[in-house]
Amino acid sequence: MVQVTTDIPVVPPAQRGYWSGVLSRLKRDPVAMICAVILAALVLSAVFAPWLGLADPYQGSMIARLAAPGTPGHLLGTDEQGRDMLSRLIYGGRLTLFIGLMPVVLAFFIGGTLGIIAGYVGGITNTIIMRVVDVFFAFPSVLLAIAISGALGAGVLNSLVSLTIVFIPPVTRVAEAVTSGVRSLDYIDAARASGANALTVIRVHVIGNVLSPIFVYATSLTSVCMILAAGLSFLGIGVRPPEPEWGLMLNTLRSAIYVNPWLAALPGVMIFATSLCLNLLSDGLRSAMNVRD
Amino acid sequence: MLSYFLRRLILVLPVAFGVSVVCFALVQIAPGDPLTAIMPVDATAEQQAAMRAAYGLDKPVPVQYLIWIGNLLQGEMGRSIASGRPVADEVFGAVGNSLLLAAAAAVIAFPIGTFLGFLAGYYRDTLLDRAVTALSITGVSVPNYWLGIVLVIIFSVNLGWLPSMGAGPGGSQDWHWDWAHMRHLVLPAVTLAVVPIGIVARTVRALAGDILSMDFVTALYAKGLSRGDVLRHVARNAAATALSVMGLQLGYLLGGSILIETVFNWPGSGFLLSNAIFQRDLPLLQGTILVLAMFFVGMNLIVDVAQAAIDPRVKRS
Repeated sequence: MVQVTTDIPVVPPAQRGYWSGVLSRLKRDPVAMICAVILAALVLSAVFAPWLGLADPYQGSMIARLAAPGTPGHLLGTDEQGRDMLSRLIYGGRLTLFIGLMPVVLAFFIGGTLGIIAGYVGGITNTIIMRVVDVFFAFPSVLLAIAISGALGAGVLNSLVSLTIVFIPPVTRVAEAVTSGVRSLDYIDAARASGANALTVIRVHVIGNVLSPIFVYATSLTSVCMILAAGLSFLGIGVRPPEPEWGLMLNTLRSAIYVNPWLAALPGVMIFATSLCLNLLSDGLRSAMNVRD
Repeated sequence: MLSYFLRRLILVLPVAFGVSVVCFALVQIAPGDPLTAIMPVDATAEQQAAMRAAYGLDKPVPVQYLIWIGNLLQGEMGRSIASGRPVADEVFGAVGNSLLLAAAAAVIAFPIGTFLGFLAGYYRDTLLDRAVTALSITGVSVPNYWLGIVLVIIFSVNLGWLPSMGAGPGGSQDWHWDWAHMRHLVLPAVTLAVVPIGIVARTVRALAGDILSMDFVTALYAKGLSRGDVLRHVARNAAATALSVMGLQLGYLLGGSILIETVFNWPGSGFLLSNAIFQRDLPLLQGTILVLAMFFVGMNLIVDVAQAAIDPRVKRS
């Protein structure tokens, strides 16, 4: 990493760190930057929702049900119980983004660890871990998420558990593949011959080389995870009412498609926009990091 | 070829065993007593014990698994707690409807995806390429259950062209190849096709681009072959990989149709599954998941073998 202080003339640094190089390439990608800004706005508005002066997302009104977008006092209209849509969409980001992103973060750490262990240790450890992974690969991800959530029942924690289980196997498989690739390189043998123990070799020589492909791969899963997380709530086996959550809102507003159709589609627009931005940002990151598929 | 097939078949067996363990475990992780759903609240302790013994729930878990798998191998999947009918009857009827929907989506998605992907790969780095890439990234980003609702709003609510629910007029469950039934298939099949269009287009684009930049293509042109003849060679080289991606997509379509079936009330396996979930009908849940997962395992096997049959290079690796 290069530190540039203000009192010396700014000279383009001859040798830049890997991550600052990635960041500067990413900054020159307009699509990725727009997506990053939109995602940041979504996350920040969700986190700071209570301080934005929004209407109470739980307070319904019998007389103001299914008001069209543009109604005075309700910029985006009201839902089937007369609750303010704008407020519910912004508050909805809290649970949707949390359940949509957290499983990938957890799977990145758990699957990454398992994959690095399997790839580095090899032998019987590798066989055991990877055969179990193969079994979970036999389930299409949607089916597995619904199966586990369906068996466990609705609830935020259950959704997190089931989605994390869904995403651990693919991360493990990628981590195992890149780690076995690095493991066979000469400098690892040299490090081992010099007497370093396994943990030191992994920490010093392996992690740095496998982390970025695993990370990029994990970012490519976030969009699917978002869609699945909201999908579980849409099916009624995710977040429980009356919590605002985009998938659940899409479900409860379905009955309104004959009354106020475009209002009913609004929560889906949020899911779509988020998932599109996540995909585009992940693609931008992939090319900024020069990862080949 | 036969030995390759047998080797792959042997590799599938441990996976199939693992899948059965996961499906069995689903019932074990479910909270609450499976009997509460079927027993009256005032049932005596003896009645509960009798019911427990009848369902084999009084035995240790590994024994329960062995009994379950033994029955399974004889085609016996237990009875649905909600309807009392054999699980196998319920599941296979529904899977037929899901297969129909998945096949219809595949018929829409695969030619369109291949065509778009090939165009983008052939005219790489042109405006056309960028348009196809944008389209495919939109396709894989769209939550298809929402897209289904949007299509219903446009084509059922606003235009009134197509029905939004069920698999036939008046909620009929029996499929016939006439327009009255097929118009029910249009919206769900199109909705389901969007994601695989994106994935197939993306795969074929990368494949076509890679193969077109290989030396043998230049050699073929130098030999004086026409563009059509060269493209035939390119297509042969891409076929194995492209077909394997499509085969897997067909499996995903079957497993992924659950949400779409819910949106359109399509009487398939997904619809059955969501009913099973809400009625806490665990044998039915277990049976449906098992059949769908085994179908996916079988699909993987077929894809691998077909790939090896088309492209001898696969067998050697």
